[in-house]
Amino acid sequence: MPETNGHNGQPPAGGANSGGDGNGGGGKLANVIAGAKAVHAKAHEELKETLKAPEKTDVWKSVLRVKHDETPRSRALGVLSNVFLHLHPAKINRDAVAYKYTWGMGGMTFYVYITLVFTGTLLMFYYHPSKVVAFRDILYLENDVPFGKLLRNMHRWGAHLMVIMVELHMFRVFLTGSYKKPREFNWVVGVLLLVLTLLLSFTGYLLPDDQLGFWAVTVGTNMARATPLLGHAGPFGPQLGMTPFNDVRFGLLGGSIVDSNALLRAYIWHCVAIPIIASLFMIVHFWRVRKDGGISGPAPVQLEREMKEPRKL
Amino acid sequence: MAAVLGTLGVNFLMFLRFFFPRALYEPKTQFKIGYPSDFGFGVDTKFQNAHRIWVVRNTEGIFVIIAICTHLGCTPDWKPSENRFKCPCHGSGYDPEGINFEGPAPRPMDRAHVELDPDGQIAVDMSHAYSWPKGERSQFGDPGAILRV
Repeated sequence: MPETNGHNGQPPAGGANSGGDGNGGGGKLANVIAGAKAVHAKAHEELKETLKAPEKTDVWKSVLRVKHDETPRSRALGVLSNVFLHLHPAKINRDAVAYKYTWGMGGMTFYVYITLVFTGTLLMFYYHPSKVVAFRDILYLENDVPFGKLLRNMHRWGAHLMVIMVELHMFRVFLTGSYKKPREFNWVVGVLLLVLTLLLSFTGYLLPDDQLGFWAVTVGTNMARATPLLGHAGPFGPQLGMTPFNDVRFGLLGGSIVDSNALLRAYIWHCVAIPIIASLFMIVHFWRVRKDGGISGPAPVQLEREMKEPRKL
Repeated sequence: MAAVLGTLGVNFLMFLRFFFPRALYEPKTQFKIGYPSDFGFGVDTKFQNAHRIWVVRNTEGIFVIIAICTHLGCTPDWKPSENRFKCPCHGSGYDPEGINFEGPAPRPMDRAHVELDPDGQIAVDMSHAYSWPKGERSQFGDPGAILRV
């Protein structure tokens, strides 16, 4: 063990400052006090300097890396080089974000998604995905957990809102023709995100384990029986050897009935797998908005007062 | 390259197979429900919660209806005052013998295999079902579909 704390059989040296050594008695104490005062004064001085110009401290420089000036270049770099903001373009056309044109639906959908991830994670602290206690946990959240009712309802209404907003976003993109070249690929990614949103909604439906969710999932997964080739009641399913115990519905439910396996599977799809897949597609979706030339919009408008006098030769 | 793709492919198949468990912990599909003399004429719903079946006796005998709507699998309600089964999900209606007459149900509800045990009790086997698909022959008269007692 390294002997760094002075425990080597002698009493520890008595000074905070390293200068006071071996003067003995009152002199030693005075040394200590003087040293402490010096440290205090120095700290006071540094604090004043920090408050006066925080951007000059090492902590500031370490976190923000570079100096930021009020110049267009510096402001653009501030967005470009920021991990949270770099998804946004450094500069956009003023008309491209006109709410009457974009409705802001894509951004709001993402905001609602973030809210759902946050409230959903909090709900996970009280919810057990088990047939015995799942519904009890919902009642517990509703009636006893502090702010549990608020959280659950934020999650529930947020989920409804997200589906509505995704559809309105899609409607806007369709109406403005924003799916056209060069944005065809991003339209397809958007359709996948719509499907993932609906799957998130559907898997979350079963989790309260109430009558509504239970029968909704019974009905929903029974439709999978009729899947062509992969369902035991679908076209060519029986010919391929599909039974209620090996078809696609069985794989979704983890059994032949909606039971504890189905609840656990819905929980994992809902809380882990689909959010990760959806997040990956969102990253691609946002990135492609920029790569395809930014938010689509009407031709840029130049105001008369912003026009420069034509240069005379 | 082929080895990498092969490995990934096999791993993907293993991943898919993982979702299909071998052993299930689901309710029993074979059980006894008592003696024929326990059941009077009409629909008996006392096994609905335990086994999801109704026991019906008519002039021909005793048979067991599996309480699964043939539309999308909800459990219909027996409405004694209306003398019919009514599904709460999408409104399919069935007569007391489980024959559909309204709503989206495509065919009558399936019936379970029934036979008399040596001890005289009715043994039910839900894994062995009899159905009457639309436009096809009814299996409801097959041996085992009804106890003629």
